[in-house]
Amino acid sequence: MEQFTLTLPSSTLPQDIIHTAICGVVSSGNLEVLVEPTATRNACEIVVNTSAHGFRDIWEAVLKDFAERHSVGGLRLSINDAGATPAVVSLRLDQAFETCAA
Amino acid sequence: MTTKCWDTRARNRAERLARAASFTAGRIVSSEHIVALLEAVIEPGDRVCIEGNNQKQADFLARSLVKTDPARVRELHLVQSVLALPEHIDLIERGQVSLIDFSFSGPQANRLARLVESGKITIGAIHTYLELFARYFVDLTPRVALIAAQAADRDGNLYTGPNTEDTPAIVEATAFKGGIVIAQVNEIVDKLPRVDIPADWVNFVIQAPTPHYIEPLFTRDPALITEIQVLMGMIAIKGLYAEYGITRLNHGIGFDTAAIELLLPTYAADLGLKGKICTHWALNPHPTLIPAIEAGFVESVHSFGSEVGMERYTAARPDIFFVGQDGSMRSNRAFCQAAGHYACDLFIGSTLQIDLQGNSSTATKGRIAGFGGAPNMGADARGRRHASPAWLRAGREGRGNIAMPRGQKLVVQIVETFREHMQPTFVERLDAWDLAATANMELPPVMIYGEDLTHIITEEGIANLLMCTTPQEREQAIRGVAGYTPVGMARDLRMVANLRDRGIIRRPEDLGIRKRDATRDLLAARSIKDLVHISGGLYDPPKQFRNW
Repeated sequence: MEQFTLTLPSSTLPQDIIHTAICGVVSSGNLEVLVEPTATRNACEIVVNTSAHGFRDIWEAVLKDFAERHSVGGLRLSINDAGATPAVVSLRLDQAFETCAA
Repeated sequence: MTTKCWDTRARNRAERLARAASFTAGRIVSSEHIVALLEAVIEPGDRVCIEGNNQKQADFLARSLVKTDPARVRELHLVQSVLALPEHIDLIERGQVSLIDFSFSGPQANRLARLVESGKITIGAIHTYLELFARYFVDLTPRVALIAAQAADRDGNLYTGPNTEDTPAIVEATAFKGGIVIAQVNEIVDKLPRVDIPADWVNFVIQAPTPHYIEPLFTRDPALITEIQVLMGMIAIKGLYAEYGITRLNHGIGFDTAAIELLLPTYAADLGLKGKICTHWALNPHPTLIPAIEAGFVESVHSFGSEVGMERYTAARPDIFFVGQDGSMRSNRAFCQAAGHYACDLFIGSTLQIDLQGNSSTATKGRIAGFGGAPNMGADARGRRHASPAWLRAGREGRGNIAMPRGQKLVVQIVETFREHMQPTFVERLDAWDLAATANMELPPVMIYGEDLTHIITEEGIANLLMCTTPQEREQAIRGVAGYTPVGMARDLRMVANLRDRGIIRRPEDLGIRKRDATRDLLAARSIKDLVHISGGLYDPPKQFRNW
């Protein structure tokens, strides 16, 4: 397992529209992501637990794009990854965001 | 003055037949004599086709050929579309083959590469199907063809059943140029349902001890379709099919296109596209097309071959498929390849590698897999002279407003940016170059050339290569959908943003696609069992796909 936490600047998402959401499952090539509100309003905190080693650069690029694509300031994302491709990671994050901010 | 003899091939055929006469009486030959028959009619240096199609295999004849005496049956030149069976390669290892010309060798790709690297075999060329059939009638005419049919009657007429495939092309070339045709059949009957090959094109018929093998190559289990494939399918339908009004098309074999087929009765129908897209197909009877057919999306399907388990379904839908008066489908690979090349406005398929010019290849180190039919489907038909709205629009986008109106075929690669084990699909340099060097090939085995490729779809969106005005723009359009691969990460952000502003790159959100909707619930069938149910029990999937 590899674990790391990133705090990425992002525009603030209005707290009152946030629901806690969970998306995906921890199965091979997949991941689950839990989205919750936090007190830090101008940044998104992302905790990554991944079974794959040596892909931190790609994780950082995927997560940075996600924080730029959406206003996710004030959210905490906890990711449990079982070797998902960047495509799956982006899709799950976008789905989780669309669900929690719907 | 010597008199020129004009019938040496016919005389030679008569000699071969005379050598076989001692153990044959008429066309029907007992299977115990097969090895002797092959040794009698094959001469050293012969060009031989062991019917190995994409699906149907003359497996008994291939096994028998491997039992012949290598001192007698030698220096063969194999000319056949597919090297699929281990026996095809065994024959090479036994030193009985000196040259091969073929199209596809997927199942034997590793063994073939090793034999080529060790110098045990020379490849003439790797062809497309249509190209190889064309050469059967010019400079690669088989001298002996070993073919497979479902049944023969006592005169030697053949019934191929739905898997007609390559048989008519092979037999026509061989029989009319002094060659010998030997057919293995599953059964010999008094009366055939229909005659696919007339008896006087066939020299010998053998009832094989076991029915010929047919590979269920086009069955994709909907249970294995991922949400990324659903997303890419939505992008294809909304961003391409609807946009260009694609009615006539061919799909590749992969899960990405299977996902599109299963989204037609749901997602495409919700977009109001029924009757407007995907009505006419050059396609094998894909089980995953059943829901779209049942939903009334599809008007016509002509097929290269059949598909195991689809026999009763196709027979019960003669308005859709090409079905004989006997009630069973007839396929024809040569005609369907021509249809895919000339009569379709769009080809979409998957690949293993795409470079910065848009060249794509399925060749990887240590594997010589060949092409099959994709290069004919996935190439602009330069000889095409009929117009359609989709073809004209692509022509305008690609050629600009030149004085002479001319269209272009839409050739689309649909790929995830990473394959399994995090292998990037987008690369600076294709493995095909290394393969060409180690195997001493004159051409790197490129499946689709960049100049023919019009669109790339990935999970990141669509790149429209037609609308790129410079090679630099084209490269950035490819990088701009290459995701987090090294090629994608090296994109020029400013240029990619500009391409997106101009609609050359379109993201799912630009197309109004909500990623939340990209779930497997959107698939019209989520399992093989669903397909059986939707077919009204007519689809009878092969054992390996029955998991209930």
